[in-house]
Amino acid sequence: MSGIGTGYDLSTSTFSPDGRVFQTDYAQKAVDNSGTVVGIVCNDGVVLGVEKPIVSKMLVEGSNRRAYAVDRHAGVAVAGVAADGRQIVNRAVQEAVSYKNLYGDAIPGRVLADRLASYVHLFSLYWYSRPYGTASLLAVYDDDGPQLYLIEPSGAGHRFFGTAVGKGRQAAKTEIERLKLHEISCEQGINEVAKILHSVHDEEKPFEMELAWICEASGREFKRVPAELAAAAERQAKAALADSDMED
Amino acid sequence: MEASGHSDAAPHTGTTIVAVQYSDGVVIGADSRVSTGRYVSNRASDKLTPLSDFVWLLRSGSAADTQLVGDYVRHYAEQHAMELDREPSVHTLAKLVAQINYANKAMLVGALIVAGWDTARGGQVYGVPVGGTLVRQRWTTDGSGSTYLWGYLDSEYREGMSRAEAEELVATALALAASRDGSSGGLLRLVTVSSGGAERRLIPGDQVPPFWDELPAPGKTPPVAGEAMVEA
Repeated sequence: MSGIGTGYDLSTSTFSPDGRVFQTDYAQKAVDNSGTVVGIVCNDGVVLGVEKPIVSKMLVEGSNRRAYAVDRHAGVAVAGVAADGRQIVNRAVQEAVSYKNLYGDAIPGRVLADRLASYVHLFSLYWYSRPYGTASLLAVYDDDGPQLYLIEPSGAGHRFFGTAVGKGRQAAKTEIERLKLHEISCEQGINEVAKILHSVHDEEKPFEMELAWICEASGREFKRVPAELAAAAERQAKAALADSDMED
Repeated sequence: MEASGHSDAAPHTGTTIVAVQYSDGVVIGADSRVSTGRYVSNRASDKLTPLSDFVWLLRSGSAADTQLVGDYVRHYAEQHAMELDREPSVHTLAKLVAQINYANKAMLVGALIVAGWDTARGGQVYGVPVGGTLVRQRWTTDGSGSTYLWGYLDSEYREGMSRAEAEELVATALALAASRDGSSGGLLRLVTVSSGGAERRLIPGDQVPPFWDELPAPGKTPPVAGEAMVEA
């Protein structure tokens, strides 16, 4: 399973003989074992969905936030070590604010993604700190339209039409690839994301779903999906799952 | 600008600068006189400075101050364009000028205009006076010669002018100011910025038709008033 580092995995600042930085690989493990996070770009915006397993009945619903607004026009959903994710979001907010202060314009998606990726990458260079154990899905709506970026623990950043990270990412990505994203609006997108999260989740355990979007319906502002719409999406997802179960 | 009687006064661009938004972009213009007291130290200076291919700075006030501001912002603009991976917006470069103005407001003297074209908002004119203000306007004018133009531009500016109309408006405005303001004169420089980029024009001082009570340049046939100054 995981490569046996045999001494090359003890420090972030050490390469292995086959060119890996094991510490970032291990950080990626933290992401791969966490709840699924899905992001899709529809024709009028971006939808982000997070699968949050409920670890205790005593938890207040809506706590342990995983999707955050970074600026009016941008937001991030995090997978992996949630506390690490919080720091990355804080950095994103700082970048957005300092860009606005200096240049007078909202930070473009491409620039924010690049800065976040550079920031995360920084932590793969020095022995005295560990990499962030978080993957960040960045949703942006700027002059170039809606965009989705993924920043991995290694600091690699990519732009996607749709992607998923976490436990159920393989199944989720398969589902996403089946969608004709340019033909659906975000109002339909939240239904699709809800369906995907419910279908990849292990049925035995209860989980909470966090949905956020930025699209025409949200006034091009990054927001949590309104409660009624989220509830409707969840109902529709469960029904679709029950239907497909009956078909089997 | 202040016409100082001292011959050791700092070079001042006693100036007229005008910027006007038209249907597809902006037309900007300036005279070319630089005075050190009563002495004209440069009669053919260029007060229109490119900050990028599509954004220009019009300078009035202290020549040194405004040149330095232009140099700094051109440098920042280049770096910004690399991160942005596209042409910087007019608003951003105007903001950078305003940032420098505000940070150094105790020391700088002059009034600047930033004007240009970008894909997001088309043609834009921003007044960026020393002090740190940033304000977008349909048209504006500054420098010592501008005092003679407010009424003229108030009555003659139209929304959605064509390129030719805008160029004629700017050229006439500059010529009027140069004829009344002792600190403005020389030749008229125009730049038109649109989606296709920036195009410079030059109108030599003797090709400006004389206005009320003016004598034509000696030894030449004066141009006829009413004929277009700017070649199409």
